[in-house]
Amino acid sequence: MYSRILVLRFPKSVVHKPLVCNLVKEYDLTFNILNAQVLPRREGILVLELYGTRKNFKLGVQYLKDQGVQVQNAEQEIKRDQNSCTHCGACTAVCPTGALSIQRPEMTIEFNQKKCSVCELCVPACPTRVMKVRPKNQTFFD
Amino acid sequence: MKTHKVNKTYAEINEKIRSGKVVVVTAEEMIDIVRDEGPEGAARQVDVVTTGTFSPMCSSGAFINFGQFTPTIKAAKVWLNNVPAYAGLAAVDCYIGATEPCEDDPLNKVPPGEFNYGGGHVIQDLAAGKKVHLEAESYGTDCYPNRSAQKKVDLESLPYAVLCNPRNGYQNYNCAINLTKKTIYTYMGALKPRAGNANYCSAGQLSPLFNDPYYKTIGIGTRIFLGGGVGYVTWHGTQHKPSADRTPGGTPVTPAGTLCVMGDLKGMSADWLRGASMQGYGCSLTVGLGIPIPILNEEMARYTAVSDEEIFTQIVDYGNDYPNGVSKSYGQVSYAELKSGSIQVNGEPTPTVPLSSLVKAREIAAILKDWISRGAFQLGEPQFTLPV
Ligand code: SF4
Ligand code: SF4
Repeated sequence: MYSRILVLRFPKSVVHKPLVCNLVKEYDLTFNILNAQVLPRREGILVLELYGTRKNFKLGVQYLKDQGVQVQNAEQEIKRDQNSCTHCGACTAVCPTGALSIQRPEMTIEFNQKKCSVCELCVPACPTRVMKVRPKNQTFFD
Repeated sequence: MKTHKVNKTYAEINEKIRSGKVVVVTAEEMIDIVRDEGPEGAARQVDVVTTGTFSPMCSSGAFINFGQFTPTIKAAKVWLNNVPAYAGLAAVDCYIGATEPCEDDPLNKVPPGEFNYGGGHVIQDLAAGKKVHLEAESYGTDCYPNRSAQKKVDLESLPYAVLCNPRNGYQNYNCAINLTKKTIYTYMGALKPRAGNANYCSAGQLSPLFNDPYYKTIGIGTRIFLGGGVGYVTWHGTQHKPSADRTPGGTPVTPAGTLCVMGDLKGMSADWLRGASMQGYGCSLTVGLGIPIPILNEEMARYTAVSDEEIFTQIVDYGNDYPNGVSKSYGQVSYAELKSGSIQVNGEPTPTVPLSSLVKAREIAAILKDWISRGAFQLGEPQFTLPV
């Protein structure tokens, strides 16, 4: 399963078309709308997390582009669900930057976001799935 | 028969628990007490030592009776949230195993697979009080005509749900490395090529069976902390191998004893039963387990004072050797070395990675200590101890 957070900008010529609907029907993708705004007689902006196989994902994005939609990767960051982390340490095997590290002698696992390169290796390596990809807290609608 | 200078019985310790006079310490606290007071002094002072471990334990699962339907069904196939449960039991009984992936899981078709939801997650969801979708299929009989039925169940509405783990609490486990040229994904986590990291999975000095290496107090009926509730040791576990080589102090230097444990799921909590997704390997359940060890005499005081410096394991290659059934050690390391963050493998420094949460193991030992000190938990005297 592949997923990305995308910012879609719909020019006013296509705002009324059911394009996202077709992503589901034709490309077997699922989505989660994170933010949406359609300004009257202007462009519409939709921020969504899109999931599917890597291949379908590519095809779906190509379809949107062909329809005149501007597709951008949202700036992403990695967040840890602090309360659910079990401090097992499995993630430290894959983290290449030392953003995830072990504090000794307590053996707690520290996450230093400043060192994180958003490589996402820890996301599937964490057995309890507490490392999550999130859009950066930015304003899409200024 | 060896005689001891200090002699306490289970009944005496339980009487102290009832009257609030019991002295309980964790296995980590016991190390210093025995260092200062000696085993005999420590045995006079301390009544119970608590241990704990919190790790993925694949041989876990739950027996569930989900109640009848109208018309009645003799369920032959059962799914819980689309995860198959074994239904070759009586009409509405089943067993959900921790490692069973859900039906539409892509498994390792695009390696490494993610294994996002499986039996372990079903158990976590039940323990969390969540509703779970149950589906049953059958072939129909005169007394059970229904061929297909479904309903939502939750832990409260289930007539019976018992966690039954045929192998938990492994006394020691391998330290895993990978000597091939590419990263591999194992039940011991991700292993980088050319021994890029060394993964280990034990709470060491806090781990239950390291604190009673010859199972002198652990056996059928030992009352334990299991998944946040109360459980029991009900047998020795699968692959129990007491004959493993041991240090002079008694701790085995390879995987040795194991436990079969059971407990009412209804008393447990999702904090201590966590579904696990082992990348490229499969689903599992991370189980919180803690055993109180009665200090019946100075010998038990000495055992429970074991520290990471005196506990050893073997470095095993999971790239070539393990999949080919080759049993070869690339060196013996202590848990003190493993916890330090780096060990030597073939003369090269190699970073170590824990898979078992020491933070949670300490929490379990502390909770058990609190239960016993408050008089809320009595020791269970085993009917007979595990085979040695
Ligand atoms: S693998 Fe996940 S649960 Fe374990 S320490 Fe890392 S972030 Fe926490
Ligand atoms: S995204 Fe990459 S760098 Fe950031 S914490 Fe995870 S593994 Fe480390």
